[in-house]
Amino acid sequence: MSKVLIIAEHLNGKLNSSTARCVTCAKAFNAASIDVLVLADAVDAIAAEAAAIDGVNKVLTIANPANAHALAAVYAPQVVAAAAGYSHVLAPSTTFGKDLAPRIAALLGVAQVSDIAEVLGAHQFKRPIYAGNAIITVEAPATATLVATVRTASFAAAGGGGSAAVEALNVSAELPTHTRFVELQQGKSDRPDLQSASRVVSGGRGVGSAENFAVIYKLADKLGAAVGASRAAVDAGYVPSDLQVGQTGKIIAPELYMAIGISGAIQHLTGIKDAGTIVAINKDSEAPIFEIADIGLVGDLFVLVPELEAALG
Amino acid sequence: MKILVGYKRVVDYNVRIQVKPDGSGVVTEGVKLSANPFDDIALEEALRLREKGVATDVIVATIGPADCQAHLRNGLAMGANRAIHVVTADAIQPLTAARALLKLIEKEQPDIVILGKQAIDDDCNQTGQMLAALWNRPQATFASKVEINGGAARVTREVDAGLETIEVDLPAVITTDLRLNEPRFIKLPDIMKAKSKPLETIDFASLGVESGDHLKTTAYAAPAKRSKGVMVKDVAELVSLLKTKGLV
Repeated sequence: MSKVLIIAEHLNGKLNSSTARCVTCAKAFNAASIDVLVLADAVDAIAAEAAAIDGVNKVLTIANPANAHALAAVYAPQVVAAAAGYSHVLAPSTTFGKDLAPRIAALLGVAQVSDIAEVLGAHQFKRPIYAGNAIITVEAPATATLVATVRTASFAAAGGGGSAAVEALNVSAELPTHTRFVELQQGKSDRPDLQSASRVVSGGRGVGSAENFAVIYKLADKLGAAVGASRAAVDAGYVPSDLQVGQTGKIIAPELYMAIGISGAIQHLTGIKDAGTIVAINKDSEAPIFEIADIGLVGDLFVLVPELEAALG
Repeated sequence: MKILVGYKRVVDYNVRIQVKPDGSGVVTEGVKLSANPFDDIALEEALRLREKGVATDVIVATIGPADCQAHLRNGLAMGANRAIHVVTADAIQPLTAARALLKLIEKEQPDIVILGKQAIDDDCNQTGQMLAALWNRPQATFASKVEINGGAARVTREVDAGLETIEVDLPAVITTDLRLNEPRFIKLPDIMKAKSKPLETIDFASLGVESGDHLKTTAYAAPAKRSKGVMVKDVAELVSLLKTKGLV
């Protein structure tokens, strides 16, 4: 029977919804128990959020000033100590989990399954390779601890209403001092979070400049949407890198995705293929984005987007 | 200061990947092979550190079949001082690659190891982190800026929340993100020069690495296609469709 340990992702004292998505993944292989591990300096508020996720049996906490920031080299030995007796260690396939999980796997001497996109069994999964151009079925040995990252866009967040017990853990692990947090520059935005928003408006190279991106922001605000961007727009300096959607940026699955002035490179399409409805606005009727868009509109975005914003009243 | 760069050969990023009809793999016969783009960025960063006078020696290393020599010559033409080719016909998994790279580290004693954050074939995003763990040294993944100050590196990382800066003591493993730099193009005279640069070959078996290839790939499939949608003629039609779907 599978005993699953999920590493909680959190920032500024708040649990990230990626944790509840990992719970859904674990439920998909009928795990006998699902525990969540919270490493932080102040664990209580985060643990309370995790305890409320439906399906969680127990929340384990390791409170330590050294855990104030998610440094993989500091977290990994503690996770390894906490993982004894578990058959599975899961983390979200976000930059947090991608940084941490392989370090845990290597310390345990086991392979890692990256980006679980579909569960076929407790040790059998589907995952994308080649930027999502192929989907492979992988089997991991049932005899070893399975370390894996979960492609969050593939699993809905488990609901609330749970009341799991919270338990403080004492682990003996030597924590390195060779890695030190300096600072985090966060985009200041009152808009919804790109990774969990139900609506996203993205701009690409066609937007043309950082100033012109105002047209994207205005439409997003009218829709209550998060703002995203293609790699081309980020590389050109129109918007910061944390807005990038695609193979090497964020993989998202909003109900509505509007791609504006985005041609639709395969690496971008990989990041949005699980979206509910994709709308594309582009002046080039041959743009690849129209191959996968549910609704396409050809024309000048600087005319159409303000018109759309006005039409939405 | 010595820098070791992981330099994997992969199917070129412009190739449209096709899954074989029998689901046994993807078509790699006759397709163009190139350096993993993130590894080109890793090598470029190492070369820039050498040009700044921070490093003196840049080594490119790959693990791959015998015909990877030409690939390593490209790395030498780009500017690496020398190359190491760990020869194996098998496609190895990240844990095995990390164990093999650790053997090279023990031999070469580099101050910095730079790898791409992921290879664009298996998209695993594991080897750098695993190597840092096995080496018991720091990792600075997804780097978009690297500054070396004496015995430490200050690395800015592209994380979901924004840009995170960490400081790591050297030696350390750094993995590259896209915006760290723009790799240089190889010039013809450099290709000639590269022919005489040292290229060491090591038989994979001679490293005595325990295999970490624990995962078995049992099937390959093409991704599910989204069905082709509709084209609308104007904003009014778009809005009415979105309203019908209950999206606005």
